[in-house]
Formats: sequence, structure tokens, C-alpha cells
Amino acid sequence: MSIMSSLRPGGRHGLSTRETRDPIGLAVAAVNRLAQSDLIDRVGLRRQAEHVVYSTTRNGFRVATAAGRTFARAGRRTAGTRPASAASSGVFDLTPTEDEAMLLDVARELAEEVLRPAASAADEACAPPPEVLAAAQDVGLPGLGVPDSLGGIMEERSAMAGTLVAEALAHGDMGLAVATLAPGAVATAIGLWGTEAQQQTYLPAFTGDGDGSGVPVAALTIAEPTVLFDPFTLSTTALRDGDGYVLDGLKSAVVRGAEAELFVVAAMLDGTPALFLVESGTEGLEVEADPSMGVRAAGLSRLHLTGVRLGADALLGDTAGEAYAECVRLSRLAWCALAVGTGQAVLDHVKDYVNEREAFGEPISHRQSVAFMVADIAIELQAMRLLTWKAASRATRGEDFAREVGLARQLCTEKGMRIGLDGVQLLGGHGFVKEHPVERWYRDLRAVGVMEGVVMV
Amino acid sequence: MINLEVPRKHAGLVDQAHQLAMNMLRPISRKYDRAEHAYPKELDMLAALIDGVSETGATGGAGAGGVRRESAPAGEGTVRNGANLASVLSIAEMCWGDTALLLSMPRQGLGNSAIASVANEEQLERYRGTWAAMAITEPGTGSDSASITTTAVRDGDEYVINGEKIYVTSGDRADSVVVWATLDKDLGRAAIKSFLVRKDNPGLKVERLEHKLGIRASDTAAITFTDCRVPAEDLLGSPEIDTSSGFAGAMATFDNTRPLVAAMAVGCARAALDLTRDLLEQAGVVIDHDRPAQSQSAAAATFLRLEADWEGARLLMMQAAWMADNRKPNSLEASMAKAKAGRVGSDVTLSCVQLCGTLGYSEAELLEKWARDSKILDIFEGTQQIQQLIVARRVLGLTSAELR
Repeated sequence: MSIMSSLRPGGRHGLSTRETRDPIGLAVAAVNRLAQSDLIDRVGLRRQAEHVVYSTTRNGFRVATAAGRTFARAGRRTAGTRPASAASSGVFDLTPTEDEAMLLDVARELAEEVLRPAASAADEACAPPPEVLAAAQDVGLPGLGVPDSLGGIMEERSAMAGTLVAEALAHGDMGLAVATLAPGAVATAIGLWGTEAQQQTYLPAFTGDGDGSGVPVAALTIAEPTVLFDPFTLSTTALRDGDGYVLDGLKSAVVRGAEAELFVVAAMLDGTPALFLVESGTEGLEVEADPSMGVRAAGLSRLHLTGVRLGADALLGDTAGEAYAECVRLSRLAWCALAVGTGQAVLDHVKDYVNEREAFGEPISHRQSVAFMVADIAIELQAMRLLTWKAASRATRGEDFAREVGLARQLCTEKGMRIGLDGVQLLGGHGFVKEHPVERWYRDLRAVGVMEGVVMV
Repeated sequence: MINLEVPRKHAGLVDQAHQLAMNMLRPISRKYDRAEHAYPKELDMLAALIDGVSETGATGGAGAGGVRRESAPAGEGTVRNGANLASVLSIAEMCWGDTALLLSMPRQGLGNSAIASVANEEQLERYRGTWAAMAITEPGTGSDSASITTTAVRDGDEYVINGEKIYVTSGDRADSVVVWATLDKDLGRAAIKSFLVRKDNPGLKVERLEHKLGIRASDTAAITFTDCRVPAEDLLGSPEIDTSSGFAGAMATFDNTRPLVAAMAVGCARAALDLTRDLLEQAGVVIDHDRPAQSQSAAAATFLRLEADWEGARLLMMQAAWMADNRKPNSLEASMAKAKAGRVGSDVTLSCVQLCGTLGYSEAELLEKWARDSKILDIFEGTQQIQQLIVARRVLGLTSAELR
């Protein structure tokens, strides 16, 4: 690096590459460099640096992925079982089925009793506590998207059921909802697009029929840390190698990457995006903690793939991009449901706050400028919910839902963020400090338009 | 089972309404926008056609008259898709054709909705076939409809009405007017009752017709009532002043008519979206629902935002109507639908003009007309702000004294 280029400030610390330093700037930069140097520490001018360990709360630390279990190969490479679609009754209706209602009761209880109380600490720790994961496993969340012919908990796999559950869980906490739903996304993908061999090899571990070592940590990874990311134009590549593949690239928004035993990785194969099953013990994988603005309880990380060699049976789904497009859509649907659940949490919280908080001798809810913000939250939230449900119900019936999920994502991104923003605003200074959860919801709701993959219904 | 599609039983009705809108309303849409106050004579034939279809029952009770809540109990656990849903869907289609002409449809006035909502069975039978306009607003009273000053005084077997009403849609063309008047100003909202007044009543006079920004094909009248005598049996609903139920009786009309106005905004906005999408595609802009909006052109991204808002408004409208069909209280949802559809109607139609530049601004296309027509839909039957007030009170559990 030349002296001149190292004097240029851009490209680091959030500075645009167009920034330049004048003489005062150069002097300040030099003083700062000195202040950061080890020299002053060595002469005892600063307390000893804290011991640095790998932590999901700090970015930049890289480790190899977990050694992981050996998934015993089983089954043939023929098409796997495909879940049936529900038939339409042709009646406009907003009532969940009996099965969905029962499931919803369980999810709501889990959200209120387990997720919400653990949310603040998990956000701080950038990791879900074991008891939350255990509770999610107990109620069978990882097998939610798998039909019962493959060991799942629902008679028929239903994107609608998944949507209602994701919404209910996010009312507890979005970050923990993501952490508990992430393994299910991988199981659902295998159930939907896996060969018989892939289904026999991996699904028993997710549905509780495995070797007793519990549900594996698993992550569906589509996103990459680039500007204007488009999931249909990936930088990660899969090159054909004999009858197998070699993957290279960098994935982001990987839930609990350091502990994950199984990844589904999206990569371009012959110019078309495709999905690959990658076990954590494979050579060439490294994981890096990537704590972000929100959804921190999910332990977000990056996955580096360097010359990762996979066998022919690693390809999940077709090479024409059809399974992949459906995967992107079902994942966006899950994020919409999470936005709706979190938005409802904001509404419920601010409703009580503005009725109790007094200013100028009366509750602030008696002022139209406050009350109308609450009204708009309620209106836009219900519009988000109905649009998300419409997309989910179409997916459940096996109908094309590309338009509906595209619109739902648009609405949930824009209005969801608005709800997060107004949630903080309505509490004023109290909204900005961590004594209330609205600041966390504000950070979480920004994820909705940013994330691809991770969760799926 | 959750399903938000157009009900299978109403699909035929929606298709029919679409064909009527396309082939009867669109060809005369610009003509009557220019010729304000001219009577759209083509509508007589259309109304006859609709009556004919209604007789066969094939429409499932389309039109503003269809908002009465059926009293026959639905089977236990059965979900109904009835007249309310049919009405919003067919009205949205007709307003995709032309909002002003829908509002001018003979025998489909807002007064007809009021009759359907609050009249007793005997009155319903007696008023069959009338074309009723609705007179609530006064020169000094808009959103605050509880403080109207028009009075009705009992005199033997008659009431004597005195006062002035403005913004009466179809007030010139209709053959009767539903008038809100107070029996006793000191008793407040509970004393407000509605009366059906025939247009040939000598005490009723149409003073003038308004010149408007939009919905110009629809006549908007100012009407005075001077010692206007109506038979006592033309008071709609109960003559008792029940201070405990307060304003609820008169306001119940709004729970039924607000989803209909939401439907008008949804229909008008879709006209703009349909044409804009077509014009954009001709200009080489393709709307992709899979690719991120920010990776597409700014025009496509704008369109996606408008389409998402529009779909949200449409589903809120369908929810409110579905709840009415299933006899669930829907005052909150009706106001949500009206608030969302009202503002989305303006945003969509105005943004479409902008996307289409001077082509959209010109009278050569209908985009500028829809951007004018849509504005009233965020005003009448309760402005945006009134809907927000209702939603806020419901959500926050506040009375009208607490949240004013």
C-alpha cells in the first residue's frame, strides 16, 4: 500500500471513498493512531486489553464450522415424497382451520411464556438461550413444514400454518423466532424438494426420529453482503467438478453459523441459482460472527466457502431455478409474517403506554396527533396481515403466489418499518432506552426488507 | 379455512359488472365529465338491465341496496359470502368504469343504503323502487353530523321539517331524499332521526347544483326544506328518543356504507393502475414481482409500492364486507377500510398521473380524471380524519369525550 493511499480515509469506518483529509484532518488522524497503538499499553498507560475470545457479539472473528454429526446415508436418488396441496373451498374466509387454531394456541403460549421473557438477554448475548431452543423442539417446530408422511407434525404441510406460527412467535420476539424457526426452514426445503435419499438421510434428525442427538442446528443461506443484493443474481458460484460441485463465495445472515451442522447454500450453477446441502464438516468452510442491527438473538454470522467440494447428491431441487424461486418466495412470506407479529407487539405496547402516560394533565392518547399515529399503525398492520395471509393461502393451495408475496414484502417492509419508527416515537425518550422493548422492535423491523432466506414457511 | 380470493359464487357477478363498466360506462366517461349537470340518459337503460339481472337473482344482490343485514340465521359454523361482499366487489368494478356514473345509477342512491340499513319491513316494502338521495351535511355542519340544525317537529300525524342541506348526491335526479333532522336539539345525538321525503313535496326545493373538482357526472345539490310536511310513517326506524343508545341508530348506516365508498376508491385506483402498467410496459418498463424493487427502474419500484398499498386497501374492504355478511360487528374494520382506501385512492391516481407525465395530465387520457374523481372518496361518508378518529377510539378504548 502506498503512503498516499493509506492517507486517504475512505473505505473504512463508514466513510465514502470520496472523502479527503486536509492538514488538520491528517494531524487528528495521526493523534488517533497513536491513541490506539499498543505502545501506550506496553508502558502501562492503559488497562490491560481484555482477553479476546470468539464471540457472536463481535464481528471479524473467524473459526472453522462445527465438526457436526455424520448423517447416515439412506434411501435412493429418486424423487422424494411431495406434500399435497389443500383444495380451495371457493369461500372468502379469515378463519383458521381447527388444526391451525390449535397450533396457534401452542405458538402463542410459547411466544408469551418463553420467548418474550428471554428476548432482552438474548438480544444482548447475540445467542438464543438453550431453554428457548429446547421448548421450541418440544413442541415440534423444526418439523412444522414437513408432512406427516415424512415424520412432521401436521397431516398436510401448510404454508398458512407456518405463517400463523411465525406471526405468533414474532409477537414474543423476532430474533428468537428466527433462531427457533431456522432449522425448520432447512427441513421444509428438504421435504419440498429433496430426493428420497436426501429426505431419508436428513429429515429423521429434524422430526425427532433420529439417533437421539436432538434436532441439528441448520441454516438456509441465500443472502450475501453486497449492495443492491438480488437473490436471483448471486456472487457465490457452484462449478461442476466430475459429477459433483465446487462452491466458492460468501454468505450472510447465517443463523448460528458456528454451531450449525447443516447448511442449505444458494449458488449460481451454470448461470441459474440453485440450492446445495452442505454439511458443516466439509473442507473449506469458515464461519465469522456478524452481529447486526437487530435479530441479534439469532446469532447471525457469515459463511465463507472456499473450494468446497460436494458430491452429486448435494444438489437440492432442480437446476432450472424453479425450486429456488419458490424457496425465495416462501422465505419472504415468513419474513412478512414475522413483521406482522412484531408490528402487533408494537401496537399492543404503545396502546397501553399512551393511555397511561400523562402530559399537560391528561393521557397523551387524548391528543389526536398521538391517537392518529396509533390508528395508522392499526390500519397498516391489518393491511400487512391480510396481504401476507392472502399470499400464504395461495401457496397452501399450490397456486401461483409470486405477485402476492412480492406485494406483501413491499408493504411489510415499508409499513413495518414505519410501525417500528412510530413505536419508538410514541414513547419519546423512553422509547430510545432499553427499559422498553420498542427500540429492539425498531431494530428488528429493519430486517424485513433486507433479509432473504433464513426462515421459510 | 383462510382464503382471500374473490368468492367462487361471486365470480360471475364480478365479470358481469366488469363488462358493463367497460362497455357502457367507459365510452361515456369523458363525455359526462365535460358535460357537468347533463343527465346521463344511457344510465336508464343500464339501470333497467341491472334490475333485470337482479330479478333473476343472478347478481346476489349487487348495488347499494344490498347492504341490509339478513336476519335469517346462517347454519352453525357456516361462513357466508353474501350481499355485502357482492356489493363491494361489483361497486369496485363499476367504479373501475366510472365512479361518477356509478353514483348516478338510478335507484342505487346512498339513501337506498340508509333505507336498507334502518327502515322497518313495512317501510322497506313501501319504498321499493324509489331512488333515494342522502341529505346529512349542512352549510355549518360537515363531519360533526351530531350537531345538525335541521328540525323535525311532530304535528298530528305529520312531522314538519325545516332546514338547509348541501352536498346531496343525486339530489336533483333522485325521486326521494333521506333527510337527517333533530326532534329536539336539547337531547343531542339521540334525537336525530332520518325521514324519507318525496321530491314532489312542496316544502322541498332544489336550490342549485355544485360545480366540482371531480365526479362531475354526478349531480350534487343544495336543498332547502321549508315547513316541509311528511307523514309520521316516513320516519325511518323507531321514533323513540333512546338516549342510552345515543347516536348508534343513525350512525349504523355508516358501518354499511363505508365499505362501499372504500370499494369506489379501490375501483377508481385500479383503473389508473391497469392503464399505467400498460403504458409503462409499452415504454419498455416491466414490473417484476420477484426481483427486489430497488434493483428495478424507479418507475417499476413506484408501481410496486402503489400496487401493494392498493391490494392492502382492497383486502381491508373485503374483510369489512365479509364481517357484515357474517353478522360480526365491523365498525372498526369499516373505518379502517375507508381510511386506507381513501388515501390509497388519492396516492395511486395522483402518482399514476406523475408516472405518465403530460400524457397522464392531459384530457387525452382518463388518468387526470381519475385523479380528480378519487379525491371525494377520502371526504364523503366520513373524511380520512374522521375514520382515524373512529379507529383510534376503538383501538385505544376511548370515548368521544376523551378523544375529541
